[in-house]
Amino acid sequence: MEETVCIVTFPTTAGAMAMEKACRAEDRPGRLIPVPRSVTAGCGMCWMAPKDSREVLEELVVRRKIQIDGIYDMAMPR
Amino acid sequence: MIYLDNAATTRPKPPVVGQAILTALEGFGNSGRGAHDEALTAARTIYDAREKLAALFGCDRPERVCFAQNSTEALNAAITGLFGPGDHVISTDREHNSVLRPLYRLRAQGGEVDFVPADRQGQIDYANFEKLLKPNTKGVVCTHASNLTGDVTDIVRVGDFCRAHGLVFVLDASQTAGVLPIDMAAQGISVVCFTGHKSLYGPQGTGGLCVGADVELRPFKVGGTGVQSFSETQPMEYPTRMEAGTLNGHGIAGLNAALDWLNETGVDRVRAHDCSLARRFYENVKKLPEVTIYGDFSAEIRAPIVTLNLGQRDSAMVSDELERRFHIATRPGAHCAPRLHRALGTEEQGAVRFSFGYFNTEAETDEAAAAVKTLAEEL
Repeated sequence: MEETVCIVTFPTTAGAMAMEKACRAEDRPGRLIPVPRSVTAGCGMCWMAPKDSREVLEELVVRRKIQIDGIYDMAMPR
Repeated sequence: MIYLDNAATTRPKPPVVGQAILTALEGFGNSGRGAHDEALTAARTIYDAREKLAALFGCDRPERVCFAQNSTEALNAAITGLFGPGDHVISTDREHNSVLRPLYRLRAQGGEVDFVPADRQGQIDYANFEKLLKPNTKGVVCTHASNLTGDVTDIVRVGDFCRAHGLVFVLDASQTAGVLPIDMAAQGISVVCFTGHKSLYGPQGTGGLCVGADVELRPFKVGGTGVQSFSETQPMEYPTRMEAGTLNGHGIAGLNAALDWLNETGVDRVRAHDCSLARRFYENVKKLPEVTIYGDFSAEIRAPIVTLNLGQRDSAMVSDELERRFHIATRPGAHCAPRLHRALGTEEQGAVRFSFGYFNTEAETDEAAAAVKTLAEEL
């Protein structure tokens, strides 16, 4: 079984930390996980959140000027 | 023992600093190496410290705070990262060797360096910045406050000069971060180089540089970063650009706790306390016979430092006697500031520096002044 999730990747650990802090402050869903090998990313960790949170996360990233590599929809094993 | 060598390193540290280091030693993984809770705990603490330092220096981007071992490493990173052969840099006679030696090396490698001279009282004429300007001038590197005399540089004036001529401005804040206000945006500072173990009250082995929004530095060190593992070159995103290898996470945890303490106490309160003790000491010793004090005490804003000599006595012997007979810790000698010693005429004698911190008291200050009086009267 697979589930599609939203993955946010970062060029630096500082970017990942900024994301976690912003999401916690604004009560946004998700958590940091090791970057799956199928994703091209600079940082060794990424933010994984439910697929339907993509829009709010995109808005948050832009508004808070968080350094990211990209935002993807990705199928992950359940 | 009365510790009056806070310009070398503040002592003691607030108790929360040691507690934070111990907690980190027991709990931290390696920041940026893995996404398990132990690694994330370290990364979160380090990011917290970046946020606090960015706020302290008037920088709105925490990722522009790059950690280093100390001010010297930060200054090396800034100077070698910004300037190269053919570039001209202006500095001053007030600098510490942490600025001077990287600049002398730049000169040996084909760069040009000029120094705004200090007079016999250690003062600089700001008009000389303009006079030293050349078509290939790329930047100014200068200290915020002399570690020898405590005299403060007018960084608003230097920042305005740099802005007017499109120069980068590297500030050595070794003696001032946490004591004097620093606002990179308002004061036109491109890079602030700081140490954690002096007026920020953190542990030794911490420090770094806060890099302004439009400033591009060549990486100083390259190596493992935990990110972009298949790239043959150092990642160019800050702070990773300037941070290769495992950070001093345990030390930064201590620095983070020190910054909390500093924010709770207040930079203004720390400055008022330290400077009031320095002024009190100065007032008590200034009229003593055979005492020569260096620096401009008519200035309202100073670093909490009073440096003096007794007659022609070797400063090392005076400092030794202060410790041996009165249990007062001071710093004698050359203070890594050779150009300023030459300007002051203290190249041979050195000077005895009394530097005050938040944990010093008026009683200690008065005891130190009384000790100086005793030694002066014995000459």
